[in-house]
Amino acid sequence: MSSNKLGLDPALVHRARALAAKAGRPVVEMAQSHTTVSVERAVLRLAGVTGADPDGIPWVNRLVDAVRNDVGLGHGVALPVFHALAEHGLEPTGEQLTLLAQKAAAGSVRFDLPSGRAVTAAKKASRRQVAAGIKQIDRNRADRDKMIKRYGDPKQRPWIYLIVATGDIYEDIPQAQAAARAGADVIAVIRSTGQSLLDYVPEGATREGFAGTYATQENFRLMRAALDESSRELGRYVRLTNYASGLCMPEIATLAGLQRLDMMLNDSMYGILFRDINPIRTFVDQRFSRQIHARAGIIINTGEDNYLTTADAVEAAHTVTVSQLLNEYFAHEAGLADWQLGLGHAFEINPELPESFRLELAHALLARELFPDAPLKWMPPTKHMTGDVFRGNLLDGFFNLVGALTGQSILLVGMMTEAVVTPWLSDRDIALQNVRYVLGAAGNLHEDFVPAPDGFIQRRAHQVLDEAISLLEKIEGDTLLNAIADGTFGIMKRPANRGKGLDGVAAHDDGYYNPATEILETPGKEQQ
Amino acid sequence: MKTVIRPYGDTTGDGMTQVSFTLPLPHDKKAEGAALQLAAKMGLEPAMLVHAKQMGDGFTFFVIYGSVRHLVELDKVVVVERDFPLLTAKEVNTVVKQKMRRKLSVVGACIGTDAHTVGIDAILNLKGIAGEKGLEYYRELKVVNLGAQITVPELVAAAKAEKADAVLVSQVVTQRDAHLHNTREMSAAFREALPADKRPLLIVGGPRFDELMTGELGVDRIFGRGTTPREVASYLVHALITEKADRKKAVAA
Repeated sequence: MSSNKLGLDPALVHRARALAAKAGRPVVEMAQSHTTVSVERAVLRLAGVTGADPDGIPWVNRLVDAVRNDVGLGHGVALPVFHALAEHGLEPTGEQLTLLAQKAAAGSVRFDLPSGRAVTAAKKASRRQVAAGIKQIDRNRADRDKMIKRYGDPKQRPWIYLIVATGDIYEDIPQAQAAARAGADVIAVIRSTGQSLLDYVPEGATREGFAGTYATQENFRLMRAALDESSRELGRYVRLTNYASGLCMPEIATLAGLQRLDMMLNDSMYGILFRDINPIRTFVDQRFSRQIHARAGIIINTGEDNYLTTADAVEAAHTVTVSQLLNEYFAHEAGLADWQLGLGHAFEINPELPESFRLELAHALLARELFPDAPLKWMPPTKHMTGDVFRGNLLDGFFNLVGALTGQSILLVGMMTEAVVTPWLSDRDIALQNVRYVLGAAGNLHEDFVPAPDGFIQRRAHQVLDEAISLLEKIEGDTLLNAIADGTFGIMKRPANRGKGLDGVAAHDDGYYNPATEILETPGKEQQ
Repeated sequence: MKTVIRPYGDTTGDGMTQVSFTLPLPHDKKAEGAALQLAAKMGLEPAMLVHAKQMGDGFTFFVIYGSVRHLVELDKVVVVERDFPLLTAKEVNTVVKQKMRRKLSVVGACIGTDAHTVGIDAILNLKGIAGEKGLEYYRELKVVNLGAQITVPELVAAAKAEKADAVLVSQVVTQRDAHLHNTREMSAAFREALPADKRPLLIVGGPRFDELMTGELGVDRIFGRGTTPREVASYLVHALITEKADRKKAVAA
């Protein structure tokens, strides 16, 4: 698909990638030498611990907290937990692990680090149990492949991505099915606005949420089952999206793998910049969650649109490119393939600015040309949606046109009532009509659209790439963590020693063991 | 003077109005009749049904144009007019420096589960909005922006610690009236935590607030959509400095 419509210098593109890798490398090393409460809870979820106490606090939280109290987090929870299991004469099964969690919460279990032969035994037992969870993820991936084979992918690109968000999973389901019938290829269930800062994953089917529905394993299961029904009915596989972000990123990624979700929002820096989550916590959680996504065949969606809503979309255009390059580096490092990288960008330039449409084209095409094999996610205007719904519908039409002209892969459908209400049934219908018109009338226009050599669009794209490289040079010299602390991205300053969730981070001690990481980093054996 | 007005389509007094809505009915003659009956009850008479489109199985979207028989009596319209002078950043700084002789302390936050910091950031961040710099830009204001998802006790504690003269709270999410509940909870907490003379000025803002609800919500001022940092800064000076001085003068006299 690489066509070089912008006449980009391959040496410069190579340099940009190399700089991103150099800037990202120390962060990966840090992630490799730390763990977090959520990573450890994800390990327990893979091992089959389920359910929650009467207050709704999941047993994985109770168990990790108990282990941490007794022996700290630096060795991981797998060894002390499976050692205690054996000591108490319990079998290494999900049910008995959950029972152990209940006992631990009641204070009747004390955790110790095993030594000698007990280490080997605990390692072996934990690895076998976690492998069973990963096998479930593998089975789900195979099921998805089968269903895609049977029902097919959407006929057109971009895939049409629609959001539902009622707060009540039982309201979301008919809305999602109606949206699929109306043409949506991907359904995203937006999360309740408070969830990113909860340090646990709520349990069960939920009917109360603010501006969204809680991400829970049961909600995932219910919605996926409903969309399987829709896929059968419509003869195309309808994908489901949720959010692996916030303090429970690794666990939510795990639950997504266990319930066959298809796409997950998962940005390398979003939580840091926009939710004030500690940078170290984020990068550690991030790496684990991406390893799970890689294994599960999930397409990640990154959140570069957010930079453009907080900063000026023209001035900050290069920060999008930098973030995309960093997201790509971190994703590749975690094992994700190009087809899994739904790198984001958005149509957020002030429409009052002269040539705003040409600038949008330049930026969108730059992303397309830099990442030819990635399913780019193209996001609609939000910042300059004023409540004038008529003008909003026009802007959305131009947004759709840029998507068609630059060969975007996933199109998040813009709503003319953005910033007014959560979308009504009719808003969604009008928005889809807009998309259908543009794709029907100009869906293949990207074949004819070749910007004039050295014209406005080419020059603008070159300028953004140059600015991105300068910024990457600066970041690489200063280190990424310092750049984030200095407010390089999206104006927010986020030092590494501050932010939410820092107390849930621990450096690895000698002998740290995480069976999930071990399996995920040496694929092959369990996959056969 | 009594002034009566009606909507304007293309002729004075024609009352022409356009509405759209969805009815939970499949599209047929009966559904169209139902839409026209609703239009009549809304005061649109005669009404023209110009567009009807079925969506999914059981819903139809309608667009209706018609002449509305209701009249607006302008003398009965009640709004909150800006009752303070609009100052420039320089003027704000000068007044604070001369009259207060210390920095005016402002604490801002999004409270409850609301994670939408767009509003509070637009008012507080240096970057500002629509070409106007935010309150951080004002040399004589000391601004602490706590960001999103701050609990009410956290906000009260921060306001005490910063000796806040004013507390700004932004609320965007309105599902289940969250913005109203959160605001009431916030004002009640401040009333409980601090005596009246020590309480900071309480200001809330958001696109869906009714600016007339200050009393009901227990706050000093509500700012609606389109508010700029300069308006907020001017109001702070007015409420915390000018008005106070005027009151003192009145008492002395």
